[in-house]
Amino acid sequence: MATLKDLRGDQPTWCPGCGHFSIMAGIQKAIIQLGYDPHEVAIISGIGCSGKVSEYVRTNGFHTIHGRSLPVAQGVKMGNPALKVIASGGDGDGYGIGVGHFVHASRRNIDMTYIVMDNNIYGLTKGQTSPRSDHGFVTTTTKDGNKEYPVDPIATSVANGATFVAQGFAGDIKQMTEIIRRAIEHSGFSHVNIYSPCVTFNKVNTYDFYKERLTPIAAPFDDRDKALATIREYDGLVTGVIYEEKRDDFQRKLNVDFDMQSCVSGTMDDDLFRKIEKQFQ
Amino acid sequence: MRDAIEWMVGGQQGEGVDSTGELFAKTLVRYGLSVSTYKQFMSRIKGGHTNYKIKATKDRNYYAGDGIDILLCLDKETYHVNEEALNEAAVVIQDGKELIVENCTTTFGIAYTKFTLPLKKIATEIGNPLAKNMISLGIAAGLLELPDDQFHSFIADIFQKKGAEVIDSNKRAFSKGVALTKEYLQAQIDPLSLPAASSQLFISGNEATGFGSLMAGVRFLSAYPITPASEIMEWLSKELPKVGGTVMQVEDEIAGICFAIGASYSGARAMTSTSGPGLSLKTEALGLAGMSEVPIVIVNSQRGGPSTGLPTKHEQSDLNQMIFGTHGEIPRIVLSPATIEDAFYLAAESFNLAEICQCPVIVALDLGLSMNKMTVPAFDTDRVVIDRGKLLTAEEAKAYNETHFKRYRFTGDGISPRPLPGMPHAVHTTSSNEHDENGYISEEPQNRTKMMRKRLEKTRGATIQEPLKLQESGTKNDLLLVGMGSTYGIIKEAVEELNKEGAITASHLHIQQLYPLPVAELQQIIQEREVVTVENNYQGQLLQLLKLHMPIHGQAKAVTQYDGNPFTVRAIVRQVKELISWQH
Repeated sequence: MATLKDLRGDQPTWCPGCGHFSIMAGIQKAIIQLGYDPHEVAIISGIGCSGKVSEYVRTNGFHTIHGRSLPVAQGVKMGNPALKVIASGGDGDGYGIGVGHFVHASRRNIDMTYIVMDNNIYGLTKGQTSPRSDHGFVTTTTKDGNKEYPVDPIATSVANGATFVAQGFAGDIKQMTEIIRRAIEHSGFSHVNIYSPCVTFNKVNTYDFYKERLTPIAAPFDDRDKALATIREYDGLVTGVIYEEKRDDFQRKLNVDFDMQSCVSGTMDDDLFRKIEKQFQ
Repeated sequence: MRDAIEWMVGGQQGEGVDSTGELFAKTLVRYGLSVSTYKQFMSRIKGGHTNYKIKATKDRNYYAGDGIDILLCLDKETYHVNEEALNEAAVVIQDGKELIVENCTTTFGIAYTKFTLPLKKIATEIGNPLAKNMISLGIAAGLLELPDDQFHSFIADIFQKKGAEVIDSNKRAFSKGVALTKEYLQAQIDPLSLPAASSQLFISGNEATGFGSLMAGVRFLSAYPITPASEIMEWLSKELPKVGGTVMQVEDEIAGICFAIGASYSGARAMTSTSGPGLSLKTEALGLAGMSEVPIVIVNSQRGGPSTGLPTKHEQSDLNQMIFGTHGEIPRIVLSPATIEDAFYLAAESFNLAEICQCPVIVALDLGLSMNKMTVPAFDTDRVVIDRGKLLTAEEAKAYNETHFKRYRFTGDGISPRPLPGMPHAVHTTSSNEHDENGYISEEPQNRTKMMRKRLEKTRGATIQEPLKLQESGTKNDLLLVGMGSTYGIIKEAVEELNKEGAITASHLHIQQLYPLPVAELQQIIQEREVVTVENNYQGQLLQLLKLHMPIHGQAKAVTQYDGNPFTVRAIVRQVKELISWQH
């Protein structure tokens, strides 16, 4: 069984106090609790501060491009259904440039986990507004305050068919680890949004801001309308597993006896060729 | 006795033009003839002029032909759109109130026979109003004296599910057509000489690409529907589940390539298929595959651009995008099959090269090659042997004995041994950032320089079995016509025509490996020769590419056509002659 040491990859370069450290620890702890070896897991990340997690956690890692962690991660799961696949990125990556993939991954329900490190700002590019920034939020690109309203991530995944939706907070590692563990265990697409304060560029959505406002949800809803109503009631400021449903994942529904990796160097399969050739004779 | 027949059916989209053309083509294939086809269609579901062109010959042909011997008009537009293509002594068949046979002349002075007859009325009398196109096929078969038996057995095959009455009425309709020919067009009957039966396939470029990919072991295709590439996805979605693979129609073009990159990273032979607009969207992820050294095959079936352009028309204008597209510099290979059988072999070779060089391979098709069917000799499964390159087994990966496997290990040839995620003792990091041997982000200048060289020198020496197809005239100082993609058969015939006329002697070079270009071999062939590229784009992109690699600025010109239609032999011959007379 893996230890925390086994799961340490490259030296993190995040700012001291960044919420991403806690989320990384939550991912590592969840993997340990579930008893996976590093080689059984693949973390596929997007671009931004959050994207570096695939290098900092020592599992198989693929640091992809901005907004595309989800399509690559779903492809990884298709190519090897035995892998435990975790996609990860930030709020700009997942709810801005990559939001289309997020909606479709939710409705597709491939068995994987999507962890978003939500700091309500663009950090790595040094402090611009994000699709998760509040109305009125002042940044280098919204000097008079943000005129737009933020994306509602957990309502989006609930509304679009995700079978596991949860929200955590980097300031509560215990609860967050529990959420991530359950998300990985869940069979189907699990979406975990985690509030992760950016200590350098976001002076509004701080640890204290969230501590004062977050309300834990006792148990997940199995009714999408009720989950949505609750999210709305608390203006998205809830934690815990909000929605959970048991449903066959995408690969099970395909009902294919997957044989993705059997191709070996050597001659072509002549029997298969003869069978198919008939179509064209 | 004639050696060739050029036949066309034209009408409004949705009138059965396609099915009539396909039926006639398949029947001609059954007689053992070599058949080439070309479909004209518009970007709408119903309405608009469409036609299906067939050329059938006793000997192998590669092009659906410039002319028309038999024209079946299902609407008024068909004659006007295609009048210029009518051959001397052609027969034009059209629906009308009364039966009339007329000797006519086209506005270009070509004599032809117009056969007007009440097709619907005759079909109704036979007992199947839907069989009017079958009467027309009977007329064509009568004009060519094709034996009835194959036609009848084919009718029985295709209408098998519809029952005995439909089969019988279609056979009656066919026989009625033959009888009408004997009665009214006796003078126009000229039998087609038939070859001995041979084992050939009747297949489109898209199907051959799918088939070749499948035989090469592809297990995953993710794509977004787009003309003229959708058939690749549709064909494989039928075949892949039978071998434990799958096709996914994903949310957009970017997902199309990213899913495939993911599946390839985790060990499946994976591909995506698209056309120009899709390739534009995929170019950032193309860079991801290049940088992260994940093998991937991208089939790009070109159509009329730019932007939405001419979505259902033929063009070869993505060459620059395929060779230069994406920011920064990546290793890549661009292949362009000349014929449908080459589409099969190059598809298979593309997966080998992608894994040997661990880089993206783009297979450049064009609408002409993708969507049209042709007879080809049966494929040879021994010609391409599957080679997965430096892919490691779990045992081989373990032997390295590393806690964190160096995915981007420096090696003599720049290609690093590749484990798969999931293998014990081979945990590794793959990255789109510049990275060190461990796959960890590195901005260190020396490492950067070394990594750039490692990646960009990987494809040096990468080659397919037939990078160039060369047909030499054998005459010194002749003109070299150079093409790529589906123009193969047309240029071949144009060269034959030029050599027959004799004023200009020409040879034909077709380039199947566009990048990296086999420069040494090309220089041998081109040397001091005069070169004319023949290409379906405005800028002469192939000419530009050749000029980039070889000092041929004073001796090379381009013949171009970018009106959405493929070249005709006539157009090439005329343009080459104009170019040469202007030069001398």
